[in-house]
Amino acid sequence: MKNLVLVTVIALAGTAAFAQERITLKDGTGRAVTENICSGCHSLDYIRINAPFMTRQTWTASVNKMVQMFGAPIPANDAATIIDYLTANYGPPNGSEK
Amino acid sequence: MDRRHVLQGLGGAIGLASVRLGSVARAAEAPLPAGLPEGIYNTAALETLPGKRPLIRLTTRPPNYETPLSYFAESITPNDAFFVRYHLAQIPQVNAATWRLNVGGEGAAAPFSLTLNELETSFEQVDIAAVCQCSGNRRGFSNPHVPGVQWSSGAMGNALWRGPRLKDVLARAQLRNEVVEIVVDGADSAPLADTPDFIKSLPLAKAVDDNTIIALRMNGQPLPHYNGFPARLVVPGWTATYWMKHLVSIQAVTRPYDGFWMRGAYRIPNNMFPVVQRFLSQETAANTPITEMVVNSVIASPNEGQRFRMGEMVQIRGVAWDGGYGIARVEVSVDGGMSWRDSTLGPDAGRFAFRSFTYGFAADAPGARRIMAKATNRIGKTQVDTLIFNPAGYHNNVVRATTVMIG
Repeated sequence: MKNLVLVTVIALAGTAAFAQERITLKDGTGRAVTENICSGCHSLDYIRINAPFMTRQTWTASVNKMVQMFGAPIPANDAATIIDYLTANYGPPNGSEK
Repeated sequence: MDRRHVLQGLGGAIGLASVRLGSVARAAEAPLPAGLPEGIYNTAALETLPGKRPLIRLTTRPPNYETPLSYFAESITPNDAFFVRYHLAQIPQVNAATWRLNVGGEGAAAPFSLTLNELETSFEQVDIAAVCQCSGNRRGFSNPHVPGVQWSSGAMGNALWRGPRLKDVLARAQLRNEVVEIVVDGADSAPLADTPDFIKSLPLAKAVDDNTIIALRMNGQPLPHYNGFPARLVVPGWTATYWMKHLVSIQAVTRPYDGFWMRGAYRIPNNMFPVVQRFLSQETAANTPITEMVVNSVIASPNEGQRFRMGEMVQIRGVAWDGGYGIARVEVSVDGGMSWRDSTLGPDAGRFAFRSFTYGFAADAPGARRIMAKATNRIGKTQVDTLIFNPAGYHNNVVRATTVMIG
């Protein structure tokens, strides 16, 4: 429902954000881009709990889903940076790039 | 392995008593079993949302929090311990005084809107006990793991719901004969305008089932904010994806609804699971919407890793449920599945409710004991021993084991 009362949304956003501030991602190339873009719609724990079983292939599918299905306006070069970062830091520990 | 030992050591301390400590337990380690993706163990925590007891936080925004297993020792799940699940992060605090429910659609000859008071006073209010379980409950145990919220076993609860029948509300809208589905929407939405709003549809037959209601009360109280205040759909027997929270719109449509959350999500491969009620207007050659729940059970007590002295009685408690056929029996094994005995079933609160079960045995041999439960429903369906893998991790009703230590 898009036409909701914005005042109440903002009020609730304050309470919902309390824990999210503590959630960060690992240091690495592309961390800032990943944190900034992904956290626009969801907290970063979504990434942490889906690791380390996701591969380059499934992280790519996930980022593509955000763009194609959920309308996230992620420029192609940023999407590539995010996929590289997620694969390197939240992918299989042996570095396999399936 | 280290993690598992830590959890086992905490076993006794993370039961019901400590969960009730309130804010003291806020940042505590979450009581989670082994077998989940590694990332969950340094991310999840016991945390208290406003109006809730400490629940296991999986994600913050949107909030996804599951109920600790210890609560399933009882057949009714307390409102403030009931799990929280949202898809989209804009969640309004609904004002009951200004809230309206809009009923219409191209299949309705007489559209109208209702206040909360009208919904409560103009229609018969009915009570039904029913299990609300996320489709992805236990996704975290999928092998191999699949992307999504990595739920353990606590994305579910059972409550006594009260409110008007959906069919009574629809009757006032004078549905045309061409109606095939009823489309429902809640007040929550996404941060981005281009993200598909969370909108679901039901086949007309399920929408007008006597048991499908618009719940205004939950266990005798108004719904908690995080469980859909002031009104949510209750679709007994079917997974929680259809139980729209913060309900604001009910539309009768004459063609199948083709939004993302119907066509692109919550689907299972055809013919993979033994379900009776299907959603034929949404079925494709490859897959079909998830509908009714599969038969399942959970052991709430003892805790994983709990210790017992030789000779002590071990009391097993838990609940079983299914898609609305009713639980016929719950068998228990205390030897890792080699032999099975019938447990004692608790009171029957209706075919859509949790059915509690208990079984006691004397701790008669030292060492680790694997305790298991396996439910069978009244149409003869039972839990599986081996995962039926599917890409979204739905319908996981594998028989699970709790290991206790004796001596």
